[in-house]
Amino acid sequence: MNRTKGDEEEYWNSSKFKAFTFDDEDDELSQLKESKRAVNSLRDFVDDDDDDDLERVSWTGEPVGSISWSIKETAGNSGSTHEGREQLKSRNSFSSYAQLPKPTSAYSLSSFFRGRTRPGSFQSLSDALSDTPAKSYAPELGRPKGEYRDYSNDWSPSDTVRRLRKGKVLIFLKRTLSKEILFRELEVRQIALRHLIHFLKEIGDQKMLLDLFRFLDRTEELALSHYREHLNIQDPDKRKEFLKTCIGLPFSAEDSAHIQDHYTLLERQIIIEANDRHLESAGQTEIFRKHPRKASILNMPLVTTLFYSCFYHYTEAEGTFSSPVNLKKTFKIPDKQYVLTALAARAKLRAWNDVDALFTTKNWLGYTKKRAPIGFHRVVEILHKNNAPVQILQEYVNLVEDVDTKLNLATKFKCHDVVIDSCRDLKDRQQLLAYRSKVDKGSAEEEKIDALLSSSQIRWKN
Amino acid sequence: MAFPHRPDAPELPDFSMLKRLARDQLIYLLEQVTSWKKDLFIEADLMSPLDRIANVSILKRNQHEVDKLYKVENKPALSSSEQLCFLVRPRIKNMRYIASLVNADKVAGRTRKYKVIFSPQKFYACEMVLEEEGIYGDVSCDEWAFSLLPLDVDLLSMELPEFFRDYFLEGDQRWINTVAQALHLLSTLYGPFPNCYGIGRCAKMAYELWRKLEEEEDGETKGRRPEIGHIFLLDRDVDFVTALCSQVVYEGLVDDTFRIKCGSVDFGPEVTSSDKSLKVLLNAEDKVFHEIRNEHFSNVFGFLSQKARNLQAQYDRRRGMDIKQMKNFVSQELKGLKQEHRLLSLHIGACESIMKKKTKQDFQELIKTEHALLEGFNIRESTSYIEEHIDRQVSPIESLRLMCLLSITENGLIPKDYRSLKTQYLQSYGPEHLLTFSNLRRAGLLTEQGPGDTLTAVESKVSKLVTDKAAGKITDAFSSLAKRSNFRAISKKLNLVCGTGMVRGVGGFIPLWSTFLGGNVLERRSWQGLDEVVRLLNCGDFAFTDMTKEDKASSESLRLILVVFLGGCTFSEISALRFLGREKGKREFIFLTTAVTNSARLMEAMSEVKA
Repeated sequence: MNRTKGDEEEYWNSSKFKAFTFDDEDDELSQLKESKRAVNSLRDFVDDDDDDDLERVSWTGEPVGSISWSIKETAGNSGSTHEGREQLKSRNSFSSYAQLPKPTSAYSLSSFFRGRTRPGSFQSLSDALSDTPAKSYAPELGRPKGEYRDYSNDWSPSDTVRRLRKGKVLIFLKRTLSKEILFRELEVRQIALRHLIHFLKEIGDQKMLLDLFRFLDRTEELALSHYREHLNIQDPDKRKEFLKTCIGLPFSAEDSAHIQDHYTLLERQIIIEANDRHLESAGQTEIFRKHPRKASILNMPLVTTLFYSCFYHYTEAEGTFSSPVNLKKTFKIPDKQYVLTALAARAKLRAWNDVDALFTTKNWLGYTKKRAPIGFHRVVEILHKNNAPVQILQEYVNLVEDVDTKLNLATKFKCHDVVIDSCRDLKDRQQLLAYRSKVDKGSAEEEKIDALLSSSQIRWKN
Repeated sequence: MAFPHRPDAPELPDFSMLKRLARDQLIYLLEQVTSWKKDLFIEADLMSPLDRIANVSILKRNQHEVDKLYKVENKPALSSSEQLCFLVRPRIKNMRYIASLVNADKVAGRTRKYKVIFSPQKFYACEMVLEEEGIYGDVSCDEWAFSLLPLDVDLLSMELPEFFRDYFLEGDQRWINTVAQALHLLSTLYGPFPNCYGIGRCAKMAYELWRKLEEEEDGETKGRRPEIGHIFLLDRDVDFVTALCSQVVYEGLVDDTFRIKCGSVDFGPEVTSSDKSLKVLLNAEDKVFHEIRNEHFSNVFGFLSQKARNLQAQYDRRRGMDIKQMKNFVSQELKGLKQEHRLLSLHIGACESIMKKKTKQDFQELIKTEHALLEGFNIRESTSYIEEHIDRQVSPIESLRLMCLLSITENGLIPKDYRSLKTQYLQSYGPEHLLTFSNLRRAGLLTEQGPGDTLTAVESKVSKLVTDKAAGKITDAFSSLAKRSNFRAISKKLNLVCGTGMVRGVGGFIPLWSTFLGGNVLERRSWQGLDEVVRLLNCGDFAFTDMTKEDKASSESLRLILVVFLGGCTFSEISALRFLGREKGKREFIFLTTAVTNSARLMEAMSEVKA
């Protein structure tokens, strides 16, 4: 976040309300801790083993006698190796069933249902289709098309609509009409059409779905629908080949680029994966020995791939497929994203020199300068998350431009020198005095503070 | 805080009847299977709901003897029973699974009987698959119309999370029939609803279909006195904003953090402070939970510590007791205190765990961004906040949620932003999310401003300067033909973003429903006065009211309002309405939802790559 403190203030002042903040934990958390202590102290008195007023719970945490519990039992029992345990379990479960209360009036009410069951509602499809003419299922088909375009008309023949909703009409029409006529009839009935599309998706009739989109001239949906199929292909090479067939499809210009990238990415991943698996199993490469791979890189997102390549292949020349720079160029990864990912990867490896190099730029006169597209406050946070030593942190805290942010970060991460120097620069004697209590007694920092406080060179502002 | 003990609150209808009814109907269906022993295969999604109404002992009782229970999963069945019974949702993949079992038996030359019980209803597509697989003659089908599960004294769930995707993304109306049937069942049990209101296309269709059912089965509800005076049907897509915001009331936070499933939650070892997880039912019977569920998270700590102190004090009383008093104490109070102690330590554990997680993900910053989006402040900063979220690969669902929130509040993203956010999203979370973006666009959750919408920047600037009334007009003037969310204008009109809204639901934001149900529509019994808002919601044709002339409704029943959420509702919305009922006094809201949802579930439903 590039938001400075001043902006924040303005936001909160201009805003009409106060949000609850989780950061002001001092009060609430201590309150909570206190209550927890109080409650815990009561444990001695309350006998914890006494379960009488709570649900009986099995070892998996499911209440005994619950459906999910019983199914787990069945699953556990089906293996023949657990026979001894099975017996034990079934005895246990038997006793617990016996304890459960008996329902009271099951039979009388079930006879009530017997009366309510209408035979018609369980009529099978084939019966229904054989003796009823098509018209009564879809009376609207006999009327002029124009009438059914809008919402009110589209479902005014309410019987049709109800059957439509249950899927009856479409299935009937799909079976009886030729594809061309079905598509033509549905084209002017948008709701029915959406039902058919959903139905085809559900039963997985990809061929008819694509035909339908083609007929309707919905090219983008056609392309997306085709592309969706890749999710069902597990084998990476087959998936890659399939993605290749997607490249020419009529996606929007923007999506076309994404599809191309998807193909290229998987292609790269397959190469990298084969290569690295080999390297890892050979056991000659230090990085793989020190940090064995946790998972394969196949089908991972681009950013994850970039992280991986910054982790294992950082120093490789731009020419190799697995080098981070190559990835950056090929996929036009923005600077910000690149730096963020590289920083996280190198910090994880504690390669502080690489981190340093990441932010060093040379101008044309050969002077070096530190610059971070993500802001140094972010850099500090990421470094801290990766347990960077104080010396390193200090260096980057010093690079934070905004004085207040710098002071905050330095205090938060205990970069004493930065805090002390900032106070000196701000000529803020009071703050320095206050900070003295936070450093260790007799430490170099305390001496430094004392020296400053007694110095006559500084004109304190307070 | 505890509403049902309010002396002025109307009594809630007895929903436990629905449980008995569903259970007895299932038993009846199982008894229909003639042979002695049968194995029952249950779909995973039906297990938790089933647990709430029946247990193993009931299923295994004599007359309807079920031998073993299995989960429907893609594995060959090990059952040796002569009869197999399947209890499933009407889904194609279930039919394929059953077909594979039956066909495997056929190949092995084995004859068994098969029965499929669809819940809550059968679809013809399912039968078609059975037919295509050549097993239509081998299986018998039944329907178990179990569509209303009481999760709490005031909350009924249809447990149909797929309703949302099926209707709002795919445009499939098949569940509307189920909703109408459920409403019909309610009116047979609890009397007719004298006053009906609704907003949204689906609401209107469900309502009309329900009316049709009532006409067909004329007479069943006639002459009954209504128990519930009002019914309000609402479409999820009328207000996505509330559902997309982070939840800050306790129950909502528990749902966002641990996922409440079918009214119960699994608290892991980090909450129970022991080595095992615990499944806990969360409802009005948990006294501690009941008092904090609707509270803003920041109030919960104070409450819990007060409670802990009280408990301590009550335990301490025993010190000065003589034998007789001690005897009384042990026999009468101790059990209650122990129970309270147990619940208290659970909820304190849950609070701690929530705090830890939220602090780690910088919840404060997140909430600030959400507020900025709702208020229309600092859009650029919010956009770069979202961008950073994506770049750092913070949860994909969270990033998606923020993008949708930005899109809805801003009437779509500026094309440049849309393209760059989308590209970064695909790079961070995987290219296949291309399909997710296409879904979100179709559902209207994440869109790009068209050429006609480019004026919105000017418009939003202008509308910030002028009065509320003019703001609406200006937006109208700029309104393009396409369906737009018009969030800013609606929010201005109804004063949704408001300072005192801390307890009312989603932080400083009042859910849209609250303003509808907060009086206007109920008092006037019409949408009058809200015409403008209704039009901005693109619901002009779909806002309806229907009152019966004869006034048999008692004043007691007129204080009960059933709110039906089509496409799901969040715990925050429920909390907000509970609060409203209390504030308006003497009113009580009860809820019927297709499923309890939250922002993550909504996003997952739209996501094409399942986690």
